Amino acid sequence: MKLIIKNGHVIDPSRGVDEVADLLVENGLISDQLKAGSTADADVFDASGLVVSPGFIDLHVHLREPGEEYKETIASGAKAAAAGGFTSICAMPNTHPVNDNASVTRYIIEKARDAGSARVYPVGAITRESKGAELAEMAEMKAAGAVAVSDDGRPVTNSQVMRHAMEYARDHNLVVVDHCECLDLSARGVMNEGRISTLLGLKGISSTAEESHVARDIMLAELTGARVHIAHISTRGSVALVRAAKAQNIPVTCEVTPHHLALTDAAVVGFDTNTKMNPPLRSDEDRAALIEAARDGTIDAIATDHAPHHSDEKMLEYDRAPFGVTGLETALGVVLTKLHYEHGIPLTRLIGLLTCGPARAFSLPGGTLAPGTPADITIFDPSREWIVDPQRFQSRSRNTPFTAWKLRGTVSATFVGGRKVFP
Amino acid sequence: MAFNSKDLLGIRELTVEDINTFLDTAESFKEVSARAIKKVPTLRGKTVINLFFEPSTRTRTSFEIAAKRLSADAINISASTSSLSKGESLIDTARNLEAMSPDAIVIRHPSPGVPHQLSGLLNASIINGGDGAHEHPTQALLDAFTIRGHKKRIEGLSVAIIGDIMHSRVARSNVHLLTKLGAHVRIAGPRTLIPPHYASIAGDSAGSLVVSNSVDDAIAGADVVMMLRIQRERMSDAYFPSLKEYSIQYGLTLPRLDLAERDCIVMHPGPVNRGVEISSEVVDSNRSLILDQVTNGVAVRMAILFLLVERQTRKPAQGEAQQ
Repeated sequence: MKLIIKNGHVIDPSRGVDEVADLLVENGLISDQLKAGSTADADVFDASGLVVSPGFIDLHVHLREPGEEYKETIASGAKAAAAGGFTSICAMPNTHPVNDNASVTRYIIEKARDAGSARVYPVGAITRESKGAELAEMAEMKAAGAVAVSDDGRPVTNSQVMRHAMEYARDHNLVVVDHCECLDLSARGVMNEGRISTLLGLKGISSTAEESHVARDIMLAELTGARVHIAHISTRGSVALVRAAKAQNIPVTCEVTPHHLALTDAAVVGFDTNTKMNPPLRSDEDRAALIEAARDGTIDAIATDHAPHHSDEKMLEYDRAPFGVTGLETALGVVLTKLHYEHGIPLTRLIGLLTCGPARAFSLPGGTLAPGTPADITIFDPSREWIVDPQRFQSRSRNTPFTAWKLRGTVSATFVGGRKVFP
Repeated sequence: MAFNSKDLLGIRELTVEDINTFLDTAESFKEVSARAIKKVPTLRGKTVINLFFEPSTRTRTSFEIAAKRLSADAINISASTSSLSKGESLIDTARNLEAMSPDAIVIRHPSPGVPHQLSGLLNASIINGGDGAHEHPTQALLDAFTIRGHKKRIEGLSVAIIGDIMHSRVARSNVHLLTKLGAHVRIAGPRTLIPPHYASIAGDSAGSLVVSNSVDDAIAGADVVMMLRIQRERMSDAYFPSLKEYSIQYGLTLPRLDLAERDCIVMHPGPVNRGVEISSEVVDSNRSLILDQVTNGVAVRMAILFLLVERQTRKPAQGEAQQ
């Protein structure tokens, strides 16, 4: 089985490739070169005017299965990923039950295999039931296919438990991913603490609530030598902490979401609960610092924190609605529109943040078009305009803050292992 | 005089003209309550629903009396937010109310923004009767009406607002209103109960907003002192050590009031905790306008109901326009 992707603008930051070229896919792998006659019996995909990129990798999604299939399933989430150009997604463990043991990990992997769309890499819990007390069986989960550990959404408050988790994870070469939030400082907060929260009378979550845990984790990473990945950083202070840690060669990586790059807490005026997520949308200064960090390489990955919720749950009082927004199907458009077209960040940098950057952070396969690797490929039109209509999402949920936004950048085709999974 | 929005959601969205329209209209309604027969037929055949998701005696009763003195039918609904299906209750409550064709709905809710969320779903005029710590526009209007009645102006006055600023919708609405009309507002209270960004909320209004370092600084030379109710449960959240210490450090006493202008007036949105945020001597002194505030509340709410419902009557309803 052969496929030739012709005349595309091939951008592969993992190898410094940025040129118009043809790409040959053979037996599900990227082929080393185009040989004379090798294309005779190949399917042809005309990628003229399109960008051909390694498949996007999302380090942070919530697929809700098992337990909350009315919000999303592994299959619907994987389809939404493919529609958004993601060939690999990492599924956070805060399901019901929590992915804190190998049987749940295996269940997720089997469901993802049945779905036959984007690859799904489970992230195991750090502690049993993510309760922050006893360590989960990390090695067993890793053997079953987990790629990292996290108690996302229920951050480990006990610093000694976190230290042990890092020490143990290091033994098993697992990245520890942390949603950094001091729950005492953020208690009952629903949006960024600042002028807007003060105006609206909504309880704020201070930057300090995030930064104090980022600082703690960096210090523990230095102490333990474990690889630590800071999920969805949202503040200027967090950026500064990660930048300083990297300068000291502390093994820390971090990600940022498209919504923190595109929006500020001003979006909360009007009380649309689709502007409610955790960490919350921050100030202009925070957003500017995140954009700068995406540009200068302090940030390793753009991750969506795709967090589907049913509309019944989101149509609540602002302070009672659940945190979270979907992101898989708007990520490319938001990133290109806001970072490339508005802020002039080069495509190679942005594609790096969606491909080899996340692959390195979690030591995942993919994120490259190197010959001999599985043909996970995303082809997109970088300039085509579209209007966000949640009714057209593949995801089961519609909770996006970008409804009716005019974006530039659409996915033309997504290939996983040489097989077309979108459209 | 007319007001051109469907709803009264907050003071922040109002112009100076809007505010003066409400205050001037209230002047003409104040006289109704002084009559032997306290009723005018202005809103006969109109329906006003008081939808209260929080306990309230004062505001609810005030709106009920205001509606009845305008000959409207007033219905009180005390709703609970404690049911498990909160989401359904909010949206479905709105739809159920709409099905009964009310002309105005007064909403009080512990969550900020609920009146705003419902305003887009309902044809009735929504009046914010207090939403969490966000706004309480009718209280601010009656406070301004009371100040204006005694001081004959608001522009240039120094107004001290003292107490639990953080959780106070009354303080927020008053800050917006008073600074829009050119007053100089000083805020004071325990630092634990003043959000760090508070000084920025007034925006570029005609007046000014300052967060004072002490209650004495805020009261010094003030023309108006507004005390806010302190809630007992704040102690358990470690905002301050005890009610006793609170009353000594932050409470309003006659000696402390001597720091203010000699003709300074004292206000409180109620209900008062005597001996905590304000001493009985101050409450019962001739400088206290606390009961005038209650009296004026009826006139101001009559004006609000009149202006919002009358606006709807001025233009044909959607259904009629289609026929």
